[in-house]
Amino acid sequence: MPIEVLMPALSPTMEAGKLAKWLKKEGDSVKSGDVIAEIETDKATMEVEAVDEGTLGKILIDEGAEDVKVNTPIALILGEGEDSSALKNGGSGPAPKAEEPPAKAEVEAKSGDKSPAKVESAAANPPQPMAQPEPDVPEGTEMVTQTVREALRDAMAEEMRKDDTVFLMGEEVAEYQGAYKVSQGLLDEFGKERVIDTPITEHGFAGVGVGAALAGLKPIVEFMTFNFAMQAIDHIINSAAKTLYMSGGQMGCSIVFRGANGAAARVAAQHSQDYASWYSNVPGLTVIAPYTAADAKGLLKSAIRDGNTVVFLENEILYGQSFPVPKLDDYVVPIGKARIARPGKDVTLVAWSIGMTYALKAAEKLAEDGIEAEVIDLRTIRPMDTETIIESVKKTGRIVTIEEGWAQSGVGAEISARVTEQAFDWLDAPVTRVSGKDVPMPYAANLEKLALPSVDEVVQAAKAVCYR
Amino acid sequence: MAATAAKAAPRKTAGKSAPKPSAKNASGTSAKSASGANAKSPVSNGALKFSKDEELRAYRDMLLIRRFEEKAGQLYGMGLIGGFCHLYIGQEAVVTGMQMALEQGDQVITGYRDHGHMLACEMDPKGVMAELTGRRGGYSKGKGGSMHMFSVEKQFYGGHGIVGAQVSLGTGLAFANRYRKNGKVSLAYFGDGASNQGQVYESFNMAKLWKLPVVYVIENNKYGMGTSLERASSTTNLSHRGASFDIPGEQVDGMDVRAVKAAADRAVKHAREGNGPYILEMITYRYRGHSMSDPAKYRSKEEVQKMRETHDPIEMVRKRIVDGKLASEDDLKGVDKEVRDIVNAAAEFATNDPEPDPSELWTDILR
Ligand SMILES: Cc1ncc(C[n+]2csc(CCOP(=O)(O)OP(=O)(O)O)c2C)c(N)n1
Ligand SMILES: [Mg+2]
Repeated sequence: MPIEVLMPALSPTMEAGKLAKWLKKEGDSVKSGDVIAEIETDKATMEVEAVDEGTLGKILIDEGAEDVKVNTPIALILGEGEDSSALKNGGSGPAPKAEEPPAKAEVEAKSGDKSPAKVESAAANPPQPMAQPEPDVPEGTEMVTQTVREALRDAMAEEMRKDDTVFLMGEEVAEYQGAYKVSQGLLDEFGKERVIDTPITEHGFAGVGVGAALAGLKPIVEFMTFNFAMQAIDHIINSAAKTLYMSGGQMGCSIVFRGANGAAARVAAQHSQDYASWYSNVPGLTVIAPYTAADAKGLLKSAIRDGNTVVFLENEILYGQSFPVPKLDDYVVPIGKARIARPGKDVTLVAWSIGMTYALKAAEKLAEDGIEAEVIDLRTIRPMDTETIIESVKKTGRIVTIEEGWAQSGVGAEISARVTEQAFDWLDAPVTRVSGKDVPMPYAANLEKLALPSVDEVVQAAKAVCYR
Repeated sequence: MAATAAKAAPRKTAGKSAPKPSAKNASGTSAKSASGANAKSPVSNGALKFSKDEELRAYRDMLLIRRFEEKAGQLYGMGLIGGFCHLYIGQEAVVTGMQMALEQGDQVITGYRDHGHMLACEMDPKGVMAELTGRRGGYSKGKGGSMHMFSVEKQFYGGHGIVGAQVSLGTGLAFANRYRKNGKVSLAYFGDGASNQGQVYESFNMAKLWKLPVVYVIENNKYGMGTSLERASSTTNLSHRGASFDIPGEQVDGMDVRAVKAAADRAVKHAREGNGPYILEMITYRYRGHSMSDPAKYRSKEEVQKMRETHDPIEMVRKRIVDGKLASEDDLKGVDKEVRDIVNAAAEFATNDPEPDPSELWTDILR
C-alpha cells in the first residue's frame, strides 16, 4: 500500500493552508527528512519533510492550491518494492484536484474520530461590537479592516515616526519580525538602533528598559508572552511603577510593557496564565487589555504617550482576528474609559480582551431568549471605569463578569466589590463571576476546554441572575 | 586538540579531575583529545574509541530518539499533538552520551525540548507519546503535554517551559544530594539562549560556593529560537561562562557521542568526588525549526543540509559500525525495525488511549 502524505497542521491554530510549492516531482526518490513541499500557513511558509522512505508516486494536490484542509492527502509515497501499479488500489481513491477542495467528510474520516476535538478558538470572524469604535470619530470616517496584529504594529510605527525617543526592544522583535509577527516590518523602517533584539534575559532587559525610561526615553518593551514577564516583574513593579512616587514626583517612568497575555491554545500551565489581576493590584501601573483592533491601536498609541508605566496585555488568539479600524491620521482611544459594546436593559455583562468573545456571543444567544444584555468592554483594567459599570447596573440591576483568569482576587472580584459598594441598592441579584477554573491550565484538549470559560457558562450565569 | 577549559578556571582543577582512560574507553581516550570541538565546525575525534557494545547501544538509543521525534512531528501534522512541540532531531548524541556516564539515581532536568532526555532516561516511549497527545496514559495524565513531563522512578525532574528555570532547579537537586550525602550527581541541561539568563549565574555562584554535585550541560545548537548565538551573546565560548566562579568548563563535539561520553565521564566524576560543578558546552545542531511553527528562515538550507550530511550523530556511528564490521547491515536493519516497532506502538497507544477523565481537571492541585 502506498503511504499517504497528509496536509500537515503546522501551528497550534492552523486549519488549512496553501500548497505553495512542490520540491519533489513524481518519480523522485525521497528519504526521511527530505523537504518535499512548501506550505503557507496564516503566519509563515513552512517546509514539509518526508517521514517515510520511497518514491514519490503521485502528487494529489497541485502546486498553488489554496485552502487545503489539514489532513487532506496531498501525495502518495511508494514503499520499497512497490511500483506505480500500486497507486491504482492504494491511497484514498480519486485524487482531489486543486480547484475542488476535498469534501469535508473525507477529511474528517482521515483524521479519525479518536482525535480530540479541535480547541474552539474564537472563530475567524470574531463577534463584532455593535457600537461605533469611539464616539468622537467624525461621522463618515472610512473604516479599514485590520487584524489586531496589524493594528498594534501600526500604532507602534506611528508613534515611532512621531517621536524618536520611542523604541522597541524584546526577544525576536527585529530580525525574526516578532515571535507572533506583531513587529513585522519595523526593523526595516526604523533600523536596529530602534528595533532591538534582546537576549533571553527578561529581568535584565526589563531593567534596562526602565533605566532608559528614567533617563527620558520611551521604551516599548515586548515580552514574547507575559508568562515570561514573571522573570521581570520586580522591575515592572519595584523599579518602574513606584519611582515617580518614591522620587516625590521628580522622576517618572514612561514605558510600555506589552505582549501576549493569557491562554493561547494547548500550551499548558506555564504558558497560559492571565496576569490582568496581578498588575491591576499595583498603584503606579496603568493596565490595558483591548479586544478590538481599533482599541488595540488607539490604546497602544495612548499608552506610548501616557508618560507612566503601562502594562499592555494582548492576546495571542486575537492577533489574527479582524475588525474595522477608523482610517485617521492619529486615532487614539483614551485610557480608563470602558465602552458599551452592545446596549441592553436586562443584564450587564462586563468583559475585556478575549473575554469579550464569550460576552458578545452570549449576548446574541440571550437575545434569542428575549434577554437584552448590555455588554461593557472594560478595555482598561486600571484605572477602572467604575462609572460606566455602575450606570449600567443601575439600569439592569444585574451583572455578570467574564474573565479567563482565576476568580480568586480576580478582576471580576474587584468589579463585584465596587458594584456592591456603590450600587448595592440597585442590585436585584448577586454579582456573578464567570472565570477560568481554579486550576493550572491543563494540556489535554478536553480538559483545556473545561478549564476555560464558555459561552454557555455566561448564558447560564446571565439567566441565573435574571431568575430565568 | 586542546581541552578548552575556562581560562580563569585553573586548568589543574579540570586536569586533576580528568579520569584515567576508563575501562569502557578501550583505546585510552585522554582528556585532551576528547573535548576538542571547535565552535565553528565540530570535528570528529579520531582518537576516541567506543567498544562494540557502546557503539551499538549508542546507535540504538539515538535512533530511537530520532524516529520518535519524526513520529511526533507527524502526529503534530495530523493535529493529534497540539500547542508547542520542540523536536530534538540532530542533538541525539548529547543526551545519549551523557546518560552513558550516569549511575542509577543520578538526576536529570531540562527545558521544554525534552523528549530525547526522557527516552534517554529510559522512560516509556508510550507514556511520553501519550503525554504529547494529551491522553490519560501519558506521564502527566495528559495534563502536562510536550513541555512538562516527570518521572520519579527514572529521576527525571522535567520538562520546564521557562527558559533558564531548570538551571536553578538542577542546582537545587544537587543541593539535596549534598545535603543527604548520597553521592548522586544532577545534570542540568539548558540551551545557548538560556545561558544568558540571570539565574544561571546566580546558580553558578551558589553551586561553586557550596560545592554542589551538578553538571551543567549547555546544549549549544547555535540558535535560541531565531537568534544565533553571536547575535545574543557577547562572548560565544559558553564553556567559559563559569570562569568568574572558578567552575571548569569544556567545549565538546556534541555530534560525536564518544566525545560526549568521554567529557561526561570527566565532569560527572569531578562532581561526584565533591569538587563542585562542571560545565560542558555541547556543540550541537537542531535540524528542525525551534518548534513546529517556526519556518527557520534565519539560517540557510545549505547550513542545515551540510550538518546533516557531514555531522549527523547517527550516521557517524552507523558508518563506524559498518566500516569496523561491528555488525552487519542485516543486524542494523534489525535495530531499525526494533526501533520503528517501539515508536509505532507508542504512536498507536498515544492515538487510541482515551483523553483524561473530566474529573482530572480538579485533581493534583494540592495533596
Ligand atoms: C523566560 C522565557 N523567555 C522566553 C521564552 C520563549 N522561548 C522558548 S524557547 C526559547 C529559545 C531558547 O533557546 P535555547 O536556550 O538556545 O534552547 P533551544 O530551544 O535551542 O533548545 C525562547 C525565547 C520562554 N519559554 N521562557
Ligand atoms: Mg539553542
